[in-house]
Amino acid sequence: MTSLISPATSDKAAKVMLWVSASIAILTLLFILGYIVVQGLPVLTLSFLLESPRLSGAEGGILPAIVGTFCLMLVALLSAVPIGIGAAIYLAEYAPVGVVTRIISFGVECLAGIPSIVIGLFGYAFLVIYLGFGFSIISGGLALMFMILPWVVRVSEESLKAVPGGLREGSFALGATKWQTVSRVVLPSAVPSITTGVILGVGKAIGETAVIMFTAGSSLLMPTSFFDPVRALPYHLYILASEGISDPMAYGSSVVLLVMVLVINLAAVAIQRHYGRHHVRN
Amino acid sequence: MSEIEIESRNLDLWYGSAQALKKISMAMPEKKVTAIIGPSGCGKSTFIRCINRMNDLVKGCRITGELLFEGADIYGNDMDAVELRKKIGMVFQKPNPFPMSIYDNIAYGPRVHGLRNKEELDRIVEESLKASALWDEVGDLLDQSAVDLSGGQQQRLCIARTLAVKPKVILFDEPCSALDPISTAKIEDLINMLKHDYTIVIVTHNMQQAARVSDHTAFFLLGELVEFGKTKQIFELPDKKSTEDYITGRFG
Ligand SMILES: Nc1ncnc2c1ncn2[C@@H]1O[C@H](COP(=O)(O)OP(=O)(O)OP(=O)(O)O)[C@@H](O)[C@H]1O
Ligand SMILES: [Mg+2]
Repeated sequence: MTSLISPATSDKAAKVMLWVSASIAILTLLFILGYIVVQGLPVLTLSFLLESPRLSGAEGGILPAIVGTFCLMLVALLSAVPIGIGAAIYLAEYAPVGVVTRIISFGVECLAGIPSIVIGLFGYAFLVIYLGFGFSIISGGLALMFMILPWVVRVSEESLKAVPGGLREGSFALGATKWQTVSRVVLPSAVPSITTGVILGVGKAIGETAVIMFTAGSSLLMPTSFFDPVRALPYHLYILASEGISDPMAYGSSVVLLVMVLVINLAAVAIQRHYGRHHVRN
Repeated sequence: MSEIEIESRNLDLWYGSAQALKKISMAMPEKKVTAIIGPSGCGKSTFIRCINRMNDLVKGCRITGELLFEGADIYGNDMDAVELRKKIGMVFQKPNPFPMSIYDNIAYGPRVHGLRNKEELDRIVEESLKASALWDEVGDLLDQSAVDLSGGQQQRLCIARTLAVKPKVILFDEPCSALDPISTAKIEDLINMLKHDYTIVIVTHNMQQAARVSDHTAFFLLGELVEFGKTKQIFELPDKKSTEDYITGRFG
């Protein structure tokens, strides 16, 4: 069979097409970023970051929303990390490969696939109403925990499994027990990549508006305890825009949110860089 | 004539349904070096990993027959694998330093066995590094990551780490196969020094190495022990044709 197009031509065509795809992807990203930054820039002042909102957010700043977002992330992290890493250690190191492990892994996969709006609704019914936490940082943080838990489990499990088997054998050969081996050699070796993964997970969770609008509330006041309601940044900008309160303020909030995500991602990269050289090149 | 430290009697081993060791019977004397040679896949690693029960970690591995350490059955019901491994250390083919400092690598064994005293740990670290001929090179760099050492240094670190636990036996599974000739020579010198204090079993693909460092040599072929005897006799006057063929490089 002879082809109408010569290999050299199709090679060139493929290269051009891939180049076009890459350019479109990058340009789209730059366009979105540029548009938001340009729109948000006029309201971005120090007082925007450090003041409370006035007139439903049409004036003033967004400090309570920034603080609220931080608190939600903190609760989500402090609850998801120990549970997630514990589950991952069990799955990667202890659970016999078989039906039970597969069922747990499948459950984790399913949890990861639940739409955030459903998690939000469940958080509302279970945390806000049934457990009586009300609209609060605790409710929102725990609902976000449900959201990032599967991610933390999966990232941690993969990080643990990537630790070279030779390290485990080396530890056992010195007369260490299983738990000593796991806690002193395997887990520390996996910590850098677990940390990176978890931080990236937080970067995704920070924008999960659907989860927190059902659970964290929409108070514009500065929270004073973890049982106070807060309005997280993404929800704040949603309300600003959807209720026509102030478009510039919504864009200003978007820029702050983007910067937070950027900082989080840079932190993940920095940790990876810093610890990368410690990893055994096996 | 020295005492027998490790003895295997009719040892059979299966991975699932595949038999990897067939009726291995041999006795390894105390404070001597026993070399195990044979072509790839003949069961050398499998055998040596039985001695410190490393095969416990392998799913589907089944063992029958007897394996004795100081007269006690290694696979007996009252043998604790963790305790056994304190007395029988192992150095692996690929250097496997832990991703921590040189000091912490050496102190790892004593620490997991409950030693907390700082001076005592310092002393053990220094002693072990001296005994593995590494002190002069890294004595000033104890806080440096062990992963940054050269391959040969890493392997001597792994030996030092093993010595820190004060075992009676050290198993070496091709300890030099990933190293350059100079590092290899250093490890061989080290083994020649260590044999005054430790019983050593070493797997090697290097005939000259077996001839240089060992007192006894076992030749394995397809999971069977073909011949076992004094190294000099095995290399100069082997009983079996296949041993001679292997040693002279005529097969495998
Ligand atoms: N974990 C395992 N599971 C199943 N089979 C195994 C396992 N380890 C080794 N085997 C098999 O057992 C046989 C002996 O392997 P072993 O590693 O002991 O050989 P060896 O003599 O050390 O070889 P080499 O010189 O290549 O290291 C081989 O056929 C190998 O495929
Ligand atoms: Mg081997």
